[in-house]
Amino acid sequence: MILASAGNVVVWMVWVVAAFSCLGSGVAVISFSNPFFSALALIGNLASLAVMYLLLNAEFVAAAQVLVYAGAVVVMFLFVIAYVGPRRETPWSGGPSWQTVGAVAAAGALLVEIVVAVGMQANGSLHSDGKVGAAFGTPAWIGRVFLVDHLLAFEITSVVLLIAAVGGVILGSHSQRGTAR
Amino acid sequence: MTGPDVAWYVAVAAVLFGIGALGVLIRRNTLVVLLSLELMLNAGNLALIALSRHFHNGAGQIFALAVMAVAASEVCVGLGLVVALNRRHLSLDVDTLSELKG
Repeated sequence: MILASAGNVVVWMVWVVAAFSCLGSGVAVISFSNPFFSALALIGNLASLAVMYLLLNAEFVAAAQVLVYAGAVVVMFLFVIAYVGPRRETPWSGGPSWQTVGAVAAAGALLVEIVVAVGMQANGSLHSDGKVGAAFGTPAWIGRVFLVDHLLAFEITSVVLLIAAVGGVILGSHSQRGTAR
Repeated sequence: MTGPDVAWYVAVAAVLFGIGALGVLIRRNTLVVLLSLELMLNAGNLALIALSRHFHNGAGQIFALAVMAVAASEVCVGLGLVVALNRRHLSLDVDTLSELKG
């Protein structure tokens, strides 16, 4: 019993650290004036989210998150930021202040709407101990669910990725022709 | 190993989504707007995985993986657009990119 409660405390501590670093790095992403630092802050956000996925028994999604986001997406962002060159921009005073006030009000209203909608829909039912089987979230289980139950979604995902790659190539080659003319 | 309730994870996801939405609305640099979109997609992923754990249903994790693929596609096309804009020496400020004229 004492061992179980100690484990619970450890899980809570890990969760608190992960949640605060997740929200803190999220604020850092939108408040750095240099986009390079914003992209680096996004890595911290992704890592803390991966820790929370591990706490939620989603080992495969946590690994895929680190591989896909930190390994591919953020590296691509950093490459393009270095290619475009440093363009500084002050985040909070870029234009008329009523636009900033309106943006903050709109984002706050969206947050309140999400909280109210989720709270009304959940109605206190989100509190459970949530015991899951040992296989939940393992790569073998994900592979079975993905390739047997959700095979169509898997195939459509691959087609979406292929179309995006072709679109990226077309965008790049078209802009090259435009400057040559 | 119980830890916090699913409601805490959903609350973090909601706040993270709000931060991402604020970034999309308040920032002018196209690259930072794309980074804020990533924050919003990640908040959705966190809510999906938390509720997948809550309902003992694998579909949430599958959907989170599909969202990751969509996010990768979005970055591919968005960064292609940024590079195309930069080649034409256009500004990356989203307020000045108001015309769909080539």
